[in-house]
Amino acid sequence: MTYLHNIGLYFLMIKEMFRKPTKWSVMKHLIFKDIDDLIIGSLGIIAFISFFVGGVITIQTALNISNPLIPKYLVGFATRQSVILEFAPTFTSVIMAGKVGSFITSSIGTMRVTEQIDALEVMGINSLNYLVFPKTIALMLYPFAIAIGMFLGILGGMAACYFGGYTSIDDYIIGLQTDFIPFHIIYSFLKTFVFAFVLATIPSFHGYYMKGGALEVGKASTTSFVWTAVVIILLNYILTDMLLGS
Amino acid sequence: MIIVDDLHKSFGDTHILKGITTSFEKGKTNLIIGQSGSGKTVFLKCLLGLFEYEGGSISYDGKNFNQLSEDEKRDLRADIGMVFQGSALFDSMTIAENVMFPLRMFTTQSKSEMKDRVDFVLNRVNLENAHHKMPSEASGGMQKRVAIARAIVNNPKYLFCDEPNSGLDPKTAIVIDNLIQEITAEYQITTVINSHDMNSVMEIGEKIVFLKDGLKAWEGSNKTIFRTDNEVVTDFVYSSNLFKKVRKMYLDENQ
Ligand SMILES: Nc1ncnc2c1ncn2[C@@H]1O[C@H](COP(=O)(O)OP(=O)(O)OP(=O)(O)O)[C@@H](O)[C@H]1O
Ligand SMILES: [Mg+2]
Repeated sequence: MTYLHNIGLYFLMIKEMFRKPTKWSVMKHLIFKDIDDLIIGSLGIIAFISFFVGGVITIQTALNISNPLIPKYLVGFATRQSVILEFAPTFTSVIMAGKVGSFITSSIGTMRVTEQIDALEVMGINSLNYLVFPKTIALMLYPFAIAIGMFLGILGGMAACYFGGYTSIDDYIIGLQTDFIPFHIIYSFLKTFVFAFVLATIPSFHGYYMKGGALEVGKASTTSFVWTAVVIILLNYILTDMLLGS
Repeated sequence: MIIVDDLHKSFGDTHILKGITTSFEKGKTNLIIGQSGSGKTVFLKCLLGLFEYEGGSISYDGKNFNQLSEDEKRDLRADIGMVFQGSALFDSMTIAENVMFPLRMFTTQSKSEMKDRVDFVLNRVNLENAHHKMPSEASGGMQKRVAIARAIVNNPKYLFCDEPNSGLDPKTAIVIDNLIQEITAEYQITTVINSHDMNSVMEIGEKIVFLKDGLKAWEGSNKTIFRTDNEVVTDFVYSSNLFKKVRKMYLDENQ
């Protein structure tokens, strides 16, 4: 019953977010600030994780190919597919649910607890538009961060080949170009847009509608992480089945 | 003028406000007094529409608040200034930005006009040199004064203050009380103040509503509160010996 209630409340929140928009001159600053906090501030960790996981995927694939009949370029092919299809869009998003998500929940939750949201409402400001809309817009740039992650993941694989000698760089590059299907890129970025929306709105929902004090802000951040991750994983399944399944 | 009629509010099974009827006039400082936990904050938040109430009605200059659409409510609220009990400053903004916020949201003034206005109100609450501090770097009393500056910066028609001078030294408290009374008269604001500061009650209580156990136990002004025989009120207001003496002297003087 409460699940249904919360799902309803979530969609009402999204509708309300677009009503009575905040003055553009103010909104502009909020969006830039959120781009800085949520996107620019996450680039470092996305780059770091992508590069090393890309390297590990290459190493694991290379080590597991013992059959001499399997061509060496398969290492590059496998890395490209794993990074572009799942690692960069999905698993990075789950990590971002922890980083960006808990930041959003705790900052909005703190504003709720200290009555700053009430203060906005009392002034006649649509607090959902003021708080959630700029985050949603800022996260529409999230696919760019993921594109960087894809590039660095593949570069990480190449670095592993270069330093570890798992396969030659030439074979790796041939592998990267083998059987390239452009729709996979579209699929991947479609997913990323959906995840970006989830990353902005579910943590906002948990922060905005929380009740209690500082202790509950911490609890709300945890709950928000769990739900954001669960929704991302489920949507990933559904979208993959819809877009790639036959 | 704000008219409250038979207001009821509960949280779950606990009935907090049990039918309050009163009115607050324009250009007057209206005080709500009562013990800690008597429901003053809840009452104020009902007036502002931050809490939904189960029964009764509240009207602002003839407009029944609950019958307004969301957008009409927001338009009405642009004319409201509110000082929260915990100040509720935006902690991502400096003090000056906090005070400027309502101007940025609701006026088309230029940067320098806004700055002048911010300087002006910050001076009036005795905060000349704190513009660039963050709220977390300000003392509790400073935060209160910033909250008051933010509430009055855009010349509200209705001003609500939840214990505006708790946490202030007696001298600053009087400055704030006088400031609120002055602007209330000057700009004909409808002002409602929650307080349990007896000094404020005596100084600026042009209308006083006494809440007890969720009911209005007494209503009057700082003139009549000296003469009332209502034991519940005298028990609360004259609980200190000092005020007992003050009352006796007042009554002797004004025989
Ligand atoms: N959000 C809430 N949920 C449940 N109960 C509440 C809530 N807010 C207030 N109450 C209860 O309502 C009663 C009145 O509280 P209120 O905050 O109005 O007191 P007050 O008169 O403002 O006290 P003080 O002078 O200490 O600020 C208290 O018993 C409090 O526990
Ligand atoms: Mg209170």
